[in-house]
Amino acid sequence: MRIFDPHIHMTSRTTDDYQAMHAAGVRAVVEPSFWLGQPRTSPATFLDYFDSLLGWEPFRAAQYGIAHHCTLALNPKEANDPRCVPVLDELPRYLVKDQVVAVGEIGYDSMTPAEDTALAAQLQLAADHELPALVHTPHRDKLAGLRRTLDVVRESALPPERVLVDHLNETTVKEAKDSGCWLGFSVYPETKMDEQRMVAILQQYGPEQVLVNSAADWGRSDPLKTRKVADLMLAEGFTQDDVDRVLWRNPVAFYGLSGRLVLDVAETEATTHEGNSILRGGE
Amino acid sequence: MTQPHAAPETPAAGIPGGTALALTPVDELQRHLTARLAGAARAWLDQALDEAAAHPGIHGPISVWELRLAEAGRRCGSDHADAARVLILHAAHADMDALTRVYSQGTAAERRAVLHALPHLLPGPDALPLVEDALRTNDTRLLAAAVGPYAARHLTPHHWRHAVLKCLFTGVPVAEVADLERRAHADAELARMLGDYAAERTAAGRPVPQDLHRVLALTEPGPPRHSAADPHGKES
Repeated sequence: MRIFDPHIHMTSRTTDDYQAMHAAGVRAVVEPSFWLGQPRTSPATFLDYFDSLLGWEPFRAAQYGIAHHCTLALNPKEANDPRCVPVLDELPRYLVKDQVVAVGEIGYDSMTPAEDTALAAQLQLAADHELPALVHTPHRDKLAGLRRTLDVVRESALPPERVLVDHLNETTVKEAKDSGCWLGFSVYPETKMDEQRMVAILQQYGPEQVLVNSAADWGRSDPLKTRKVADLMLAEGFTQDDVDRVLWRNPVAFYGLSGRLVLDVAETEATTHEGNSILRGGE
Repeated sequence: MTQPHAAPETPAAGIPGGTALALTPVDELQRHLTARLAGAARAWLDQALDEAAAHPGIHGPISVWELRLAEAGRRCGSDHADAARVLILHAAHADMDALTRVYSQGTAAERRAVLHALPHLLPGPDALPLVEDALRTNDTRLLAAAVGPYAARHLTPHHWRHAVLKCLFTGVPVAEVADLERRAHADAELARMLGDYAAERTAAGRPVPQDLHRVLALTEPGPPRHSAADPHGKES
């Protein structure tokens, strides 16, 4: 089984997690830039973070045979802090980098005018750089937040088929699907989605355009939730092909819109590394 | 830890990689690369090199050749990106300011290319801070690029010895260390450091890396076992 976790914050995880993820079948991840828990106070700390997502983190992932790409952006929460907003001026030189496969995560946290501005500006940046966008939907007032998000997407230069709306649940999936956007679900131990509810949504809405992620970070989360969803899908009667579609081909298709996805990592110490690629898969 | 890809024994033989990128003359590197790139990638590289030659130096927040440097991986493929980037840096006549900007604003792949390009672009030791920055990382791909001929020429003995020891620590093959034979020859301090490291490994019940014995043998005084005139500065 090959798994692509399309949203995971590996910066906040240990190297042991990479090892366990590889053992569970994870061969590719996308790491969106996000809020680190401690508020930032200047654009410079974003730049060090972006550099890490383009340097150290892909190296760490490669040690365990996992391809690492990232999405870069000013996150919704810190879009409200005027000390952080100037990082928007630095984004263009980062969005041209090879491993950047989307602008993200952008979207709403508290639905403020500052978040409106940052979301619209970054959807435009995505269009300018021929990148898709990963859009976070808010944890509080979620349905209203989704509707406002979709309004801004419709007014943007980015067509819905180049937008992934994430952290969906039973209350937001239908309107998100009707919008034509890609559908992201984060499976968590306690909050967001769980495996059973995820499989029920797949049974009701089908596997088309659906991406499942662990969104694992510094909070109570589990980087193996993608595998657990795959196992439950099989137990509930989905085919291997359905699992491969949701957990590999859909994320490959979405992030492949960037033209920058390279699912080609040198093998780990278990086998030869010279010229050997384990993954030329995908659609 | 995964071992980084080893450089080919003879730089001009296979696809240049690792230290070979710093040792192969630029015109030879360009012939080698253009012979291997498919049509669209070759056309892209030709245009990128022309642009860089026509508009060298730093312009505004990002020069056109810096954009080309950033996208070289998706244009030429990851196997050829390092060589393409070295050629673009050379075509742009990147000076110390430009190299520092590209390094500090670059991905790990771009930083690696800057390190490989140093001996092609700078005669003096001005870029040592970039080499020392790379040597502080734990990214074995950056470490391998940092111990090329530029470091062999300019690193102080203390920094150079620590670079060799760090290769042993992190699993970078010492074959990546340019001019190892000449610099290690009769280096009693390096021999002491290697001996202490071997003793520490042994005390912990851990194996001593094979490469350690290889370097230790090179530190012996007396006439060198091989001529230091190897054009590629690589030991056999």
